[in-house]
Amino acid sequence: MSFLELTAVGKSYGQGSNRTEVLRDINLSINEGEFVAIVGYSGAGKTTLISMIAGLLAPDTGEVRCGGQVVAEPGPERGIVFQNYSLLPWLSVYENVAMAVDQVFPQMSSAERRARTEQYIAMVNLTPASHKKPRELSGGMRQRVSVARALAMDPKVLLLDEPLSALDALTRGTLQDEIARIWRESQKTIVLITNDVDEGLLLADRIIPLSAGPSATLGPATVVDLPRPRDRKALMKDPAAKRMRLQVIEYLLGEGRRRAPAQAVAADLTTAPERSAVAVVA
Amino acid sequence: MAARNSFKGDWLVLPLVGIVAVLLLWTASSASWAKSLPSPLKTWEMSKLYVMEPLAKRGELDQGVVRFTWYSLVLVTKGYAIALLVGTPVGFLLGCSKRLTLMFDPIIQFLRPVSPLAWLPLGLVLFQKSEPAALFTIALCAMWPTVINTAVGVRAVPQDYLNVARVLKLSRTKTLFKVLLPATLPYMFTGFRLSLGIAWLVIVACEMLIGTPGVGGFLWQEYNSLIYEHIILCILTIGLVGFVLDRLMGMVEKRFSAV
Ligand SMILES: Nc1ncnc2c1ncn2[C@@H]1O[C@H](COP(=O)(O)OP(=O)(O)O)[C@@H](O)[C@H]1O
Ligand SMILES: [Mg+2]
Repeated sequence: MSFLELTAVGKSYGQGSNRTEVLRDINLSINEGEFVAIVGYSGAGKTTLISMIAGLLAPDTGEVRCGGQVVAEPGPERGIVFQNYSLLPWLSVYENVAMAVDQVFPQMSSAERRARTEQYIAMVNLTPASHKKPRELSGGMRQRVSVARALAMDPKVLLLDEPLSALDALTRGTLQDEIARIWRESQKTIVLITNDVDEGLLLADRIIPLSAGPSATLGPATVVDLPRPRDRKALMKDPAAKRMRLQVIEYLLGEGRRRAPAQAVAADLTTAPERSAVAVVA
Repeated sequence: MAARNSFKGDWLVLPLVGIVAVLLLWTASSASWAKSLPSPLKTWEMSKLYVMEPLAKRGELDQGVVRFTWYSLVLVTKGYAIALLVGTPVGFLLGCSKRLTLMFDPIIQFLRPVSPLAWLPLGLVLFQKSEPAALFTIALCAMWPTVINTAVGVRAVPQDYLNVARVLKLSRTKTLFKVLLPATLPYMFTGFRLSLGIAWLVIVACEMLIGTPGVGGFLWQEYNSLIYEHIILCILTIGLVGFVLDRLMGMVEKRFSAV
C-alpha cells in the first residue's frame, strides 16, 4: 500500500443548479520519497486537488489516505506551500518560520527552536533577510520563506501548489534547482502542482496530467526515468525527454482538452516561445 | 496642473491666505449684517485671559482654556474607552458569525444615526447622574464605526491566513490572537479613529446639556451670560482639539496599516 493514496475522489462547488463538478474520479497513489508533478490547465482544479490532500477541503466522494490514515483535517505532517505564498505580512521572515516551528515542536527548548528556525531560513539562503517583512521581499524570496516554513514543520509530504508560476524565468530556474536540492537532501515525498511540463521533467519522478475542467480527472502518468541531476538545457535536446514531454502535452491537448478553449491551451502549456517550438518539432 | 505648481511654499502660503480670507469675511460680517457677532479682535481681547492663563481656576465654570479642555478630554477618554471595549468584541463577533450579522445588522443600521441629544435623556433616566449619562451617550454614539469596521476587517481576513492557522493546528485562542487580530488591526484602527471623532462631537453636546465643567459646559454658560466672544473661543478650541485628535489617531492608524 502506498504512502499517499487517493481513491475515487470527487469534488463539486456550489449549490443546486449552480453546482459544478470540478474533479471527478481522481485516483492517485504516491510512494514514500517520490516526487510527483501534476500538470494541468489553470482553473482545472489543481488547487482544489492539493487542498484535499492537505485536508483543507473535504472530498465529496472517495477518500484521501496518508500513511494509511484517512485525511480528515489539515496538519503539519502535510506541509503545504500555497500558490500565493500566504505569509503573514505583519511578521518578519524569522517570525513566520518561527511561528510554525514553535507550534509544531512545543517540546523543544527555546534555544533548539531558534536553532531550527535559523537552520531552515539558512537552507533557503535568506539569513540576511530574516528580519525583513514579506512586503520588503521579492516574489522569489517570499516563495522561499514559504518553502522554509513548510519544511521546518518536518512534514512527511511537501505539497507545492504552483510555487513558481508567478516568478520570472530566471528566478524560477534558481528555485527549481533549490527544490531539486531540497528533495535530494531531505528525501521527502513531494507533490508539485505546475502548469509547466518542463518543470515536471526537470524535477519529478512521474508527471501526471490533469485534464481540463469541469469534471477534470487525472490522465495516464508519464514516468520520468531520466538520470539526476538533470540539466535544463540538456533536457531540451534529450530525445527521451522530448518523448515524455510530447506524451504529456498530447494528452492535455487531445483527450484532456475536451472542454478547454484552444487559446487557453497555448497560453498555458507554453510559457516560452522556444518551448512551444520544441513541442511542435518533437 | 504641473505649471501651476510653480511655487514651493504653496503648502504654507495657501492655507494662510485662506485663514486671512475667513478672518476678513468674519470682520466684515460683524461690522455689517451680524452686529451681535464679535469681531476677531474683540474675541481675542475678551479671550486673552483664558488663553494666556490656560491653567487658571477662578471658579467652577471660570477656568483657563487648557483646564476646561482637560476636563472634556478626561470625560471623552472614559466614554471612548467604553466604546472601544464594547465595540471591538462586538465587531469581532459580528465579523465571525454570519448569523449574528443577520440578526443584529438591521438594529445597528437603525440605531447608528440616532443623535446624541436623543440618547442623553435616556442615560439620565437610567443612571440618575450626569457623568454616567454622558459616558453612556458617548459610548453608544461612538461605538458604531469601531463595530462596523472591525466586523468588515474580520470578514476581509484572507482565507489563506486561516489556512495557515489550520495547517499549523493553532488553537482557537491562538488563531484569534496570532492571525485574526493582527490581520484585522488596520481596519480596527480606522474604526477607532472615526469613533474618536464622534466621541469628541458628542462630548460637547453632552456637556452643553448637563452643564458639567468642560468646553461644552463653558460654551453654554457663556451663552447664557451673553459673553459671545467666549462662544467663539470655545468653537475654535473644539475645532483645534478635534483636529489634533484626528491627526494623532491618523498617525497611529498609518503605522498599523503599513503592516
Ligand atoms: N471555493 C470555491 N467555490 C466555488 N468555486 C470554486 C471555489 N474554489 C475554486 N472554484 C472553482 O473551481 C475550479 C477549480 O479551481 P482551482 O482548484 O483553484 O483551479 P486551479 O488551481 O487548477 O487553477 C475553478 O473553476 C474555480 O472557479
Ligand atoms: Mg490554483
